[in-house]
Amino acid sequence: MNPSDRDATGLLTRPDHFVQLVTPTGERRSDAEFDRWVADVDTAALGRLYRDMAIVRRLDAEATALQRQGELGLWPPLAGQEAAQIGSARALRDDDFVFSSYREHAVAWCRGVGPAEMLTVWRGSAASGWNPFEHRMAVPQIIIGAQALHATGYAMGSAWQGSDAATITYFGDGATSEGDVNEAFVFASSFDAPVVFFCQNNQWAISEPVGLQSKQPLARRADGFGMPGIRVDGNDVLAVLAATRSALDRARRGDGPTLIEAVTYRLGPHTTADDPKRYRTDDEIAEWRERDPLTRVLSLLAASGVDADGFEREVAEEATRAAAELRTAVTSIPDPEPMSVFDHVYAEPNSHLARQRDHYARYLAMFDEAEEGVR
Amino acid sequence: MTTMTFGKALNAGLRRALAGDDKVVLMGEDIGTLGGVFRITDGLKAEFGEHRVVDTPLSEAGILGTAVGLAYRGFRPVVEIQFDGFIYPAFDQIVAQVAKLHYRSRGSVRMPITIRVPFGGGIGAAEHHSESPEAYFAHTAGLRVVACSNPADAYVMIQQAIASDDPVLFFEPKRRYHVKGEVDETASLADAKPIGVASVVASGTDVTLVTYGGLVQTARDAAVAAAEDGISIEVIDLRSLAPIDYATVEASVRRTGRLVITHEAGQQGGVGAELAASVTERCFEFLEAAPVRVTGHDIPYPPAKLERHHLPDLDRILDGVDRVMGRPNSLSGVEA
Repeated sequence: MNPSDRDATGLLTRPDHFVQLVTPTGERRSDAEFDRWVADVDTAALGRLYRDMAIVRRLDAEATALQRQGELGLWPPLAGQEAAQIGSARALRDDDFVFSSYREHAVAWCRGVGPAEMLTVWRGSAASGWNPFEHRMAVPQIIIGAQALHATGYAMGSAWQGSDAATITYFGDGATSEGDVNEAFVFASSFDAPVVFFCQNNQWAISEPVGLQSKQPLARRADGFGMPGIRVDGNDVLAVLAATRSALDRARRGDGPTLIEAVTYRLGPHTTADDPKRYRTDDEIAEWRERDPLTRVLSLLAASGVDADGFEREVAEEATRAAAELRTAVTSIPDPEPMSVFDHVYAEPNSHLARQRDHYARYLAMFDEAEEGVR
Repeated sequence: MTTMTFGKALNAGLRRALAGDDKVVLMGEDIGTLGGVFRITDGLKAEFGEHRVVDTPLSEAGILGTAVGLAYRGFRPVVEIQFDGFIYPAFDQIVAQVAKLHYRSRGSVRMPITIRVPFGGGIGAAEHHSESPEAYFAHTAGLRVVACSNPADAYVMIQQAIASDDPVLFFEPKRRYHVKGEVDETASLADAKPIGVASVVASGTDVTLVTYGGLVQTARDAAVAAAEDGISIEVIDLRSLAPIDYATVEASVRRTGRLVITHEAGQQGGVGAELAASVTERCFEFLEAAPVRVTGHDIPYPPAKLERHHLPDLDRILDGVDRVMGRPNSLSGVEA
């Protein structure tokens, strides 16, 4: 190891180093830099990471089915990105804060977001599904990359108040082309903001391959902004956990931001409205299925002496129950009251909107009166 | 005449513009290989090549900013903003650069940029996917703002927008993309109605009902419904929102004496506000009643299950018609 490959805090900065602790076939590889960050992860802990991934995969499939059946307006599936999301979110402390995009259902799961809360927005029933301060996770962001700046500002505030809590923000490979993300890198770096930029490079921004956004590994961008970049196997939950823990630790110590590029793959469509057959091949998908995030963990568990088949079955049953709960939760989401269309536009009374609200109430009342008249 | 959908008509218009001028270049996210998320540019990359139909990195500011550079170089960029609510990162380039460069260069630099924006609601979409931001642009000097409402207009107007030496915000009502209509693909642009001229799409004598984009069909339906009550509505499809074709609107209002304006966008500072004020100034002595606006509420676009309580529909338009007609309506007995 060349000392120039490390920054002042000892963090590995060689961006072309690809952190992988578990190979696709389930072999544990040693890594001089990152092993220490997961030294505490025993068989039981690894099993818990598998459980998280298996359950969110099942929930995700159920949500896709619910959309197909007309119970949800839209769903952006996370299939394929379970390790990237679970590995990073399980590295967080409860008092850390998350600013995500719209695909981080597994992160929401780790933050304790319930099934109905998770689906509310996608059912079109309310503007948001959960209170950000309850779960310490902002409402999902649809505008590409906007949340990176929000995370940076939140982290700046956190540091100024003397907290050692960190902030993590999730975005995709496509978002790295947006001005907001690059501006976030500048602010975070200039102010040593305790923020982790977690980029899930899932290879595709709808139909656009990552090569259109960048001619080099995204993690290398970090160098130009004056922060370390880590390129990690995003389908290796252990490596993601290690990389995120190291970046969070750097943030807590006041040493500033880190960019993590988790190399992963979106196995499904961009959303249920997308048809990926128009822009990518079955062979490519098959290739990435070989690098599945879940099977490698089962293989490693089996090699560690665990009854992997039995464990897989046990978790699958639990996942089936969770999916059933999700399905029940959908129909429990109340339809919004018509007049709630005026709620929460302002924090304070607003005379203009009050007048508009009154007018609409009168308008709706006309129909009630008309009905009364018919009776 | 060929029967085709609104989306196909835009596609055909873009194809003809690309074929007719090699300086026309299409740019946007997912417009090439995928053909756009609404397939408006379907097949055009294969036909004209990747330097004419360009999949861009994900940056709306980048798309508009590079379009400015291309325009400097003599190109006629036609950019697609994937959804209405995604346009704001490009707002700075549009308002501070695209709109002003002709002025700032004292006429030496032209910005023949067409900015295509699928806009409006009614499709049960997620947030930021159903907005009507046209008034921001109509407020901005240097921009031309249009909205088409049917396949025939879409086919012609997109070509006119591209041919214009001024920048054009081109709003396409996404809820109408699948509606079919007759399109004359052989029509000469020289003979077509100019892009800045409104269309009277239904004749009437009692009320002038002005709208544009996705609500034109709703307004026509309202006119049919009102006729059953003995009210004769003239429907005007504004087509151009900046500048507004006041000649057509005024001629109608002078005959009917009553004006109702409807749009999906909120009321405050909207196109309807501008219309109501201008028509009142110009036609005051002809008005039998104060102009009425029937608009979306002044709220962020609501979640899908509430959009029917936000968007003007036939009943809300007729309530506005009742108001200008002095018939019982939702504001009866209320001091306006």
